[in-house]
Amino acid sequence: MTMMKTWLTGLSATALLVLSACSDESAQSNESKADSQSQETQVVAKSQDKKEIVVYTSRKEHLVKPFFEQFTAETGIEINYITDSEAALISRLKAEGERTPADVFMTVDAGNLWLATEEGVLQPIESQALEAVIPDSLQDPDNHWYGLTVRARTMVYSTERVNPEDLSTYEALGDEQWNGRLCLRTSKKVYNQSLVAMMIARYGEEKTQQIVESWVANLATDPFSNDTKVMNAITAGVCDVGIVNTYYFGRLQKETPDLPLALFWPDQSEEGYGVHVNVSGAGITRHSDNKQNALKLIEWLANEQAQQMFAGLNMEYPANQNVEPTEEVAAWGEFRADRTNLSKAGELQPAAVKLMDRAGYR
Amino acid sequence: MTDNTDQQHSQNASSKGWRFGVLKKVDGFLLWAILLICLLPLLPLLFSWFDLEPELWQHLWNTQIPQLLSNTFWLVLLVGTGSFLIGVSLAWLIVMHEFPGRSILQWGLMLPLAIPPYILAFTLLGFTDYEGPLQYALESVGLGIAWLPDTRNVFGVALIFTLSLYPYVYLLMRSALQRKGRTSYESARTLGYSRAKAFWRLVIPLTRPAWIAGLGLVLMETLADFGAVAIFNFDTFTTAIYKSWYGFFSASTAAQLACILLLFVALSVLVEKWGRGQSRYEQTGIALKEYRQPLTGLWGVLVQIFAWGVFALGFVLPVIQLLVWAIKTYERHTDGTLVLLSHTMILAIVAALITLMVAAIMVWAKRNKESTGRNLAIEFSQLGYSLPGTVLAVGIMMALNWIDGGIASLFGVKGQWLASGLFALILAYIIRFLRIGYGPVASSMSQIKPSVVEAAASLGANQKERFWRVYIPLLRPGVFTALLLIFVEVMKELPATLMLRPFGWDTLAVRIYELTSEGEWEVAALPAVLLVAVGILPVIYLIRKSEV
Repeated sequence: MTMMKTWLTGLSATALLVLSACSDESAQSNESKADSQSQETQVVAKSQDKKEIVVYTSRKEHLVKPFFEQFTAETGIEINYITDSEAALISRLKAEGERTPADVFMTVDAGNLWLATEEGVLQPIESQALEAVIPDSLQDPDNHWYGLTVRARTMVYSTERVNPEDLSTYEALGDEQWNGRLCLRTSKKVYNQSLVAMMIARYGEEKTQQIVESWVANLATDPFSNDTKVMNAITAGVCDVGIVNTYYFGRLQKETPDLPLALFWPDQSEEGYGVHVNVSGAGITRHSDNKQNALKLIEWLANEQAQQMFAGLNMEYPANQNVEPTEEVAAWGEFRADRTNLSKAGELQPAAVKLMDRAGYR
Repeated sequence: MTDNTDQQHSQNASSKGWRFGVLKKVDGFLLWAILLICLLPLLPLLFSWFDLEPELWQHLWNTQIPQLLSNTFWLVLLVGTGSFLIGVSLAWLIVMHEFPGRSILQWGLMLPLAIPPYILAFTLLGFTDYEGPLQYALESVGLGIAWLPDTRNVFGVALIFTLSLYPYVYLLMRSALQRKGRTSYESARTLGYSRAKAFWRLVIPLTRPAWIAGLGLVLMETLADFGAVAIFNFDTFTTAIYKSWYGFFSASTAAQLACILLLFVALSVLVEKWGRGQSRYEQTGIALKEYRQPLTGLWGVLVQIFAWGVFALGFVLPVIQLLVWAIKTYERHTDGTLVLLSHTMILAIVAALITLMVAAIMVWAKRNKESTGRNLAIEFSQLGYSLPGTVLAVGIMMALNWIDGGIASLFGVKGQWLASGLFALILAYIIRFLRIGYGPVASSMSQIKPSVVEAAASLGANQKERFWRVYIPLLRPGVFTALLLIFVEVMKELPATLMLRPFGWDTLAVRIYELTSEGEWEVAALPAVLLVAVGILPVIYLIRKSEV
């Protein structure tokens, strides 16, 4: 037994060695990075402003890495980042409190940005550059966050079986004529939660619940786990119309150019509220110790050149009102967007989720 | 019993007596320390009860919970029955029968373990879904979409879990049968029992610890899963946890629901232990030289079709589908995939070694002294496996941050001491997979009967010799099984890795998550194939090593 103990100790020592060797290695590579960098930027480093910022983001690596690299190349400011789900990152920021290494929080959906603000992990930003280019409806009223890209959650229909003149508003998808012809994504996705939250902001809970119930009654099949599956189901003929984010349509269109589907912009009549849009956006963490560079990143992402790339990569619309969308995105046609401030989407999200639960929308 | 031999020995070699005395005290201390660390992530969960939101509970109760409980009940029932039937019957087939291709199936039937449920889920769904390969195949023979099987229901989800998790039952059952099932079955047959009677009345009760342990792993993983059920949009109890957190922004309600899940698992474990009571089946004698009965006739053919069918559905077809997608999309992966692979492997190896050590300390403490306290400590140390991964990860993150905060306020140094870095991540792996490491080592240890050690001692073997020449060779199969199972599990692990990894420590699972959560399932196939490929090697090795 004594020997077993010795043996175990030996084994644990070995493992710890391996472990510490690994972390040493990564520490060293960080150091060497820092070394080469500090030679260029020694002056700045001394002015107690680190030349490195930390970003927590729920945007996936392949959608942000190119910009971070570009930003570093242009400004010399290194970016370290962690990707995870929104809720996890917000919990992490809360738990870390003032010890957090994070300077910037970046995520999709206004609901998540609202929650981060509500949980007190962001700080207000003062930036004329951002105020000048980002429309009011796409930013926090108290400037805790700014939208950087815009996506529309709109309708998609089968060009083979639907006459677009039959389509009009989100609400009208509950009409008799769409019985058994509607496909939806799960209500567990935040995009649908925001859509319904914004409907509550317009119509109130009672009417919104009636609308959602009428959608559920029209469903051709159980809700799908993502937007692409909704479109595939329409292509296959299971249903004729659905609600999706524009860039999912764009991706599918790129893969299958002869897709028998098209986008429709609802609620465009004069008294209509416009198409439901949402953003991906960013804010500066409350306990950032590198506020200046954090702001530099967000302003850089909102500048005209970055906006074109940033929105283009994921086939989204630029949030900067002076920048035109890319050609392929512009080809879907122009639309009027809902101008209600997006922070409503967060505020009313719990109510929206409850409402969808009650309406039996899974 | 070991105590006696060791005491006798320490009397003989008085120079070692004091050391033994100290160690005897230390083993208990270590055990409690392990328990404390393993319960650390549960603390934030318990504290959540101070923040109760009755209105939200009311809502969940009215609209969600009854449906979720019924879904979860049926899922557990189907997966449990399916894994038991497939795992036990295949183990029986492999151990007791001879047929062409047996030596391939022997390890082939373990391979589905290398495919995480979420990968199997998106592969199966991608195959059977609208605009998928199956639809095109049906159309080419003139059949419409009405012929597509609907897999987005409890049967589809249960099929996924059964296919990817039955290997736990198969693995444990196979070695149990090799050790004791065969001998008792053959004796019973000689004594005139019918085949069925000998199997159900003797073999199944005798091997109960093995298949119960296997089923336990299967069901806990099913209960804790979120990835596969989300792909099917199938709501289980875990869904309520995530909905409370992501949808209602109520982390405390999510934690409370997780507590209930945990309580349920803990109670089930206790009920099982209590049900088993004190009855023990000890192995008598050594396994007979293997004789395997040849499979013949129509029945034999059907049985073989069944076995190959499970292998094909659980492994071959999903891998082919993944390969097809991987080839189609491989240009979309520019760089860094090999770096992800190396991270995955380093983490898996380190975590497996350390977890094994912790498990060995627990086994050793139990061997030294059996007591209710120790047994409970051991049981509760392993609860981490039954928590949904994200909940466990948040618990660990919060607990470590409390400690960091404590350090900061005590010493006035602000920093991330524990909560960020490899330490937190490895700790999470240990807490999550201790159950997987403990089981095989404990079962190997229980095979070493005190009389064997006594015999060695009476033949004059000292402690060192007894350790190297009795314990080590007899523990080896269990140790290998534990190491490789943890290795494979850590490779597949997602939520804790996602939340606790240091900058730049992305793994294959993280990449797969990023792609699938954007709906890019086909692009995710390449990292998925790599993950499966790396997982296969240890699985094959594992089976080879455990040959009798």
